[in-house]
Amino acid sequence: MGELWVIGEPGPDGGLARLSAEVATLARNLGAQGGRRVTGVAVAAEPEAMAAELARYLPTVLAIAEPAAGEHAWSALAAGRVAGLLEEHAAEPPDVILVGAGSDGRDFAGALSALTGLGVLTSATAVAWSDAGPAVEMSPFGGKLLTTCGFSEGRGIVTVRPSAADSVPADSAGVVETRQAGGPALPRVKVVERATEEGAAAPIEEAKIIIAGGRGVGGPDGFVLVGELAKELDGAVGATRAAVDSGWIAYSQQIGQTGKIVKPNLYLALGISGAIQHKVGMQTAGSIVAVNRDPDAPIAEFADLLVVGDLFDVGAALLEQLRSRSG
Amino acid sequence: MHIVVLVKPVPDPASGGERLGADGRLDRASAPAVVNGNCEYALEAALKLAAASEGSEVTLVSMAPTSAPETLRKALAMGATRGIHVTDPLLAGSCAVSTARVLAAALKALAFDLVLAGIDTSDGLGGTVPAAAAAHLGLPLLSYASAIEPDEAAGKVRVRRINPTGYDLLEAPMPAVISCTQALGEPRYPSLKGIMAARSKEIATLSLAELDVDPSSVGGAAATTTLIESRTPPPRGATEVVSGSPAEGAARIIEFLSQRRII
Repeated sequence: MGELWVIGEPGPDGGLARLSAEVATLARNLGAQGGRRVTGVAVAAEPEAMAAELARYLPTVLAIAEPAAGEHAWSALAAGRVAGLLEEHAAEPPDVILVGAGSDGRDFAGALSALTGLGVLTSATAVAWSDAGPAVEMSPFGGKLLTTCGFSEGRGIVTVRPSAADSVPADSAGVVETRQAGGPALPRVKVVERATEEGAAAPIEEAKIIIAGGRGVGGPDGFVLVGELAKELDGAVGATRAAVDSGWIAYSQQIGQTGKIVKPNLYLALGISGAIQHKVGMQTAGSIVAVNRDPDAPIAEFADLLVVGDLFDVGAALLEQLRSRSG
Repeated sequence: MHIVVLVKPVPDPASGGERLGADGRLDRASAPAVVNGNCEYALEAALKLAAASEGSEVTLVSMAPTSAPETLRKALAMGATRGIHVTDPLLAGSCAVSTARVLAAALKALAFDLVLAGIDTSDGLGGTVPAAAAAHLGLPLLSYASAIEPDEAAGKVRVRRINPTGYDLLEAPMPAVISCTQALGEPRYPSLKGIMAARSKEIATLSLAELDVDPSSVGGAAATTTLIESRTPPPRGATEVVSGSPAEGAARIIEFLSQRRII
């Protein structure tokens, strides 16, 4: 039976992306269920830090130095090195290659599928075993459907959605092995500048609690209250497309059809009507609480709790009560 | 410049009617087809780039069943020059891997400076096709673009790639493949003039026989993935509606969050 490979994605400061820790935990559990070995692969200019972090979750990690990754986009380079690693393991190929379903992971999965012909199942919410190999749960059409899919040949690439698993380190750290890998060279893309935006928020896909504002928030000033509530609840700020299009908040915080798809434990929607384009981005949240003036807004149909009222009045009261509770 | 935009017809997400047929594939009669949202942003970006460079053309490429010309016609009405409709009964049931292979083969037959695609499509949300097509073509991929700046004289293009903490400024020689986000700007509405003009614009049809693709490597029989089961998600429980003073509403939220052990 083939191994499972987990591809580490680059995180801040040359380390591991948080999503990769979740993917590694999911893979470790999946490996234990299927009696499979699970191996991590870290490709970076200096892969030591990424490999060491990945080894907190997995028994074995292969560290591959790719010097060009320092000044070039990661995905195409990593796909080339992993394709090379697959050639070396042609006699005993892995059954499943798992990577996060973020921007780097999707670019990587696309490039690796083109190089190898391996199928890709995307945005998995869970993975289990069937007689024919991995059984991958997905929710296409913005969660209107749940599907379980497999690979025709029993092997392939899976991109894993954020929050599919909580990241839990293994009981003991794994071993890092340094490897060289050849493989095809895809065209390089130079990174001229890496810009960090002042006060950039944590990635909303990874947040357990999201406080989101819509048109009802009324302007950038209104998002101050949203931000304060997020801080008090240790959550992230999200927004509808209407709020983003109005320039009140960055596109990186947009949830919905053309933004992020999120699955937090709590989704607190302030002044959000719940139009279908937004709903598809958040309807699988654990709990949905809405504050809206309009008791007949579409969000009334899928929220668990709807507080009818002015979001600023209710929001301010909520902030005050939360503070007195924690204070 | 010659800019190619990949355009996918998807079931209208606002219809809420999407479902799979008995064959496990999308039942295309279940919801009206529209141009995928992120493809519209790609098209808008292409039209703006074309307007900034005299003599530019924008070609749409769409791999889709025979019904696609309606959605292609809408995209032409926004201002694209022409459409290429890749369609063949043998392509039905193609997986993402063979879709990228076929799109790359169609692109190989064209001379272009840039290929623009949406970062993903609203039906499957896979988001792997732009990178796969770029790899097949042996072209650089500049992904998740929030700004695109071609430098025709230097033969290079720069792209701002969005990431969770800011952006990376990418640079590569043209031709190149760029995946596009909403941050590029709101797509225009077709003008009446545009709609009229689109009626007479060319939509060329390409069948598999006209592409350098092994027919056994595409379509349902060659799909790398299979549907095991599909089901409708369980409905959420009933909604509790609370009216009253702001303080009462806030108190109920806190009580609710405590009951669910969120705080």
